[in-house]
Parts: sequence; structure tokens; C-alpha cells
Amino acid sequence: MAEAFEPRIVAFLCNWCTYAGADLAGTARLQYPPNVRIIRLMCSGALDPAYVLKALLEGADGVFIGGCHPGDCHYQNGNYKARRRVALLKKILEQTGFDPDRVWLRWISASEGRLFAQTMTEMVAAIRAKGPSPLRGRWGT
Amino acid sequence: MDVWARVTGHEEGAVGALRGLLADLLRARVVDAVLVPRLAPGGSGVVPALVSRPEDVADAEPLAPVMPVQGARLVSALTAGGAPYRLGAVLRSCEIRASIELAKLKQADLAGVTLIGVDCLGTYEVPDYAVLVAGGADPVAHALVGAPQGTVSPLPRAELRPACAICEGFVPSGCQVTVALIGVEGGALVMASEELVEELGYERVAAPQHREETLASLQAARRAERRRALEEWRSRVRDVPSLLAEFGRCIRCHNCMVACPICYCKECLFRTATFDHAPAEYWQALQRRGALRLPADTLLFHLTRLNHMATSCVSCGACSSACPSHLPVSTLFAAVGEEVQALFGYVPGRSLEEELPLATFREDELSQVAR
Repeated sequence: MAEAFEPRIVAFLCNWCTYAGADLAGTARLQYPPNVRIIRLMCSGALDPAYVLKALLEGADGVFIGGCHPGDCHYQNGNYKARRRVALLKKILEQTGFDPDRVWLRWISASEGRLFAQTMTEMVAAIRAKGPSPLRGRWGT
Repeated sequence: MDVWARVTGHEEGAVGALRGLLADLLRARVVDAVLVPRLAPGGSGVVPALVSRPEDVADAEPLAPVMPVQGARLVSALTAGGAPYRLGAVLRSCEIRASIELAKLKQADLAGVTLIGVDCLGTYEVPDYAVLVAGGADPVAHALVGAPQGTVSPLPRAELRPACAICEGFVPSGCQVTVALIGVEGGALVMASEELVEELGYERVAAPQHREETLASLQAARRAERRRALEEWRSRVRDVPSLLAEFGRCIRCHNCMVACPICYCKECLFRTATFDHAPAEYWQALQRRGALRLPADTLLFHLTRLNHMATSCVSCGACSSACPSHLPVSTLFAAVGEEVQALFGYVPGRSLEEELPLATFREDELSQVAR
């Protein structure tokens, strides 16, 4: 029997907001699916789209990017720049045959542990519904 | 205000007029040097040259329909940080657009540069051009025959570069001197400032009567051709397997990146040691996947390059011309480029004032991308 599909999601979280939010979810013992691998960044604006692409091409089923709410960026405007880059990336993914909805950008603050847990639950369900990445198991891209 | 004029006192014809214009610009000290294609040793091609003596423009080939190097790369090399002399540069429209993008990326300084834009009648691949010339053809004369009527077609049994065949932006803009060929009877006319025309002693003429309509009809034909080519591409590339099928032969030689006028980064991710994996890492990846394509990361390379420069892509096709595997790189970049440029309402090369999409942001935008 084939193994049940478990989504693998790579999450890039900004140090000041979403990572702290994830931490709060943990210390508050909030439950969310264990399908998320978190990578901490100093700012969502510091995320080179190459890392998102690498994750997708290596077979990640989804990529989550978390930043501070608009206006709350620790570096004034990194999240606004991230939003442009992610908009660009999603348009490129759409135009090159990828599913742009496998990439999520969300604003989650340090105090929103509950929202973080909810969002992860929501994303894992959405990716589970989509099924495995078409890149999974390919011998080369 | 810019006025129309005829280059006087030189050989007949468009090539003579253009050579004369360059010699006059040098003699009048409007510029100290000009960048212009010149007949290459051996005669089977042309190469860009920097020329300072008026007599050296006698073998300039400013209209040779071939683009061995994207001129914007040269404008960048010659002006980044400011040139200590006044440069004039003979460029086609895609080279001017790329020069403007590079200026915005702080890789060229166009202040004090006299951009001499020439109507582009299309270009051949460098080896094709050499074969045509060796066979006794005269690609310049052929191109000029149709220019007044706006019929820009390749020589029999030859093809223009694919990027040229779908180019709507063949008329230069944003330059100090425009050399008009399309819709112009009896050789070339120039458009430049009243002061410059006076300084060079050229005869002012009325605007060419049929130019606007001739340009419009050629543009419409090219636009239709572009639509057709890009729709055909989009119908072919619908999902990841079909994209992989298009780029399956990529050997990640980086030629497209080297030829690209926009890809200037000295510290490009793909020039770093990031992809120099240790033998143990290959072994690790092999255990995970069972088999490995080598060289790896070819699609990552193209997708990353799209992310880094598609907003500034001027559709010059230098990438495709440089590809040893004949991959449709420029079609991919044209198709994706027009979508991402539309996303930000940005037209690369249109103006120095327009901010690069990734260098700026608005607080109230793209709300559908994140919440």
C-alpha cells in the first residue's frame, strides 16, 4: 500500500514577528500539524526568491513566508519589499507552469501565536488537498 | 525641440549619411569618441569599436543587421561611474532600452552620452550573417530596399533572429539623435535638437510624410506575430513537465546570463561557490532521489534569473543567440517578462525617471498577495 501523503512545507519566518509568533505558539502549547520546517530569517525582505525556488524544485509541497504586519517591519519596509518580490515570484511560477498557490505570504505578529497555529493548520490542509508536488521524486530539474 | 534634417556633404544613401553624421559629430567635437560597429578583420562580420578619429568611421557598418554583443553591455563598460570624455553611441532600440535599465541599476552613466538611435531593420544570427556575406549577399542593401515601405523581411532562405521577428520596439526612443530609415524616402533622415542640427550645418526638412503610418503598420504586424508566438509558447508550456521538456537540454553554461545586458551582478549567485557541491553532497542527494541530473539546478538557474531580471527584460534575444543548446530562452523571458512588467505597470527602457519595480513599493498595493 502506498504511504499516505504527508505535505512537506518549508517556512521562512522573519525573526521579529512571525518567528516569535511561532515561538509563542510553542510555549502556549498550541497544537498544529508537524509538517512545517521552519527557517528563521532576519526579515521577510531578506528572502531571495532563489531559496523558495530551490525548496519547490527539491520537492517541497508548499513554501510559507511569514513577516510583520504592514507598517510593523523592524527594518521599516522590508515586508513591503517582500510583498513585491513574492508577487513577482508567484506571477513567474504561474507563467512557468507551477502552482503559485503552493507559496503563501502571511503577516503574523509576535503576539499572534494562535494565528500562527491556525495558519499552519489551514495551509497543511490546503496543500494536502492539492496533493504532492509534481516535482517530487524527479531525478533532475 | 527636435527637428528633422538631412545629412549633407557626404556619400549618397543611408550608410553614407550615417558615416557622415558620425564624422561630423567627431569633427564638431560634439563627441570625443563614438561606439559603432565596424567591419571585422576578415570581412565576414562586424564588431563594435570605439573610434575617435573622423577618418576611422569610413569603414563603420552602423546598419549591419547583426548584433554580436548587446551594446548596452558596452555602454555600461564605457560609462559606469562616469566617462572622462563625451561618448556617442550608435545603438539599436533594444540596446538603448537596456542601457536605460543599466543606468537605473547604476551600471551606466548616460549623462553626457549622445545616444544615436537607429531604426532597427532586424538582425541575423552572427554565423548566419557570415554565411550570407560569404555567399556574396549584401544584407544592408537588402534591408534598406524595403525600409521606405516598412517591409522588413530577411534575405531569401535566411531568417531574422526570433527575437527580432517578434519585436515591436524597433524605433529608438530616449536618444539625442534618431536616424530614421523606415517610412523615409531617399536614404536616412535624422531627428535631433535644433541646436545640434544647426551646429552640424544640416539642411532642415519637413517630417517624412509617411513615416508614422508606415511605422504603425509594421508595429501592428509585429504585435500580431508576437501575440501568436507567445500564445503558442503558453499553449506548449502549461505545467512543470512541459517546462522541463523545453529546457531539458540545458547544460547551465550561463551563456545566456553572460550575454544578457541586464544581468550585471558581479556577485551573481550562480558565479559563487554555492553550486560547487562537495562529493559527499552529491552522494547525499543521490541517496535521497535515486538518480541525479547533471549539471543540476538548471531550472533553478532560469527561474532565479527570471526573478532577478524579468522586470527589466527588453526582449533583445541575446540570451537565445548565446545558447549552445538552442533553447527558447528569449521566448520564455518575453512571455514571462510581459506578464511581470504588466503586474507593476512597468515598461523597461521607457524612461530614466520610472523607478525599477523592485527598488520601490507602495503601502497600498498587492493586498491579494498577502494578508
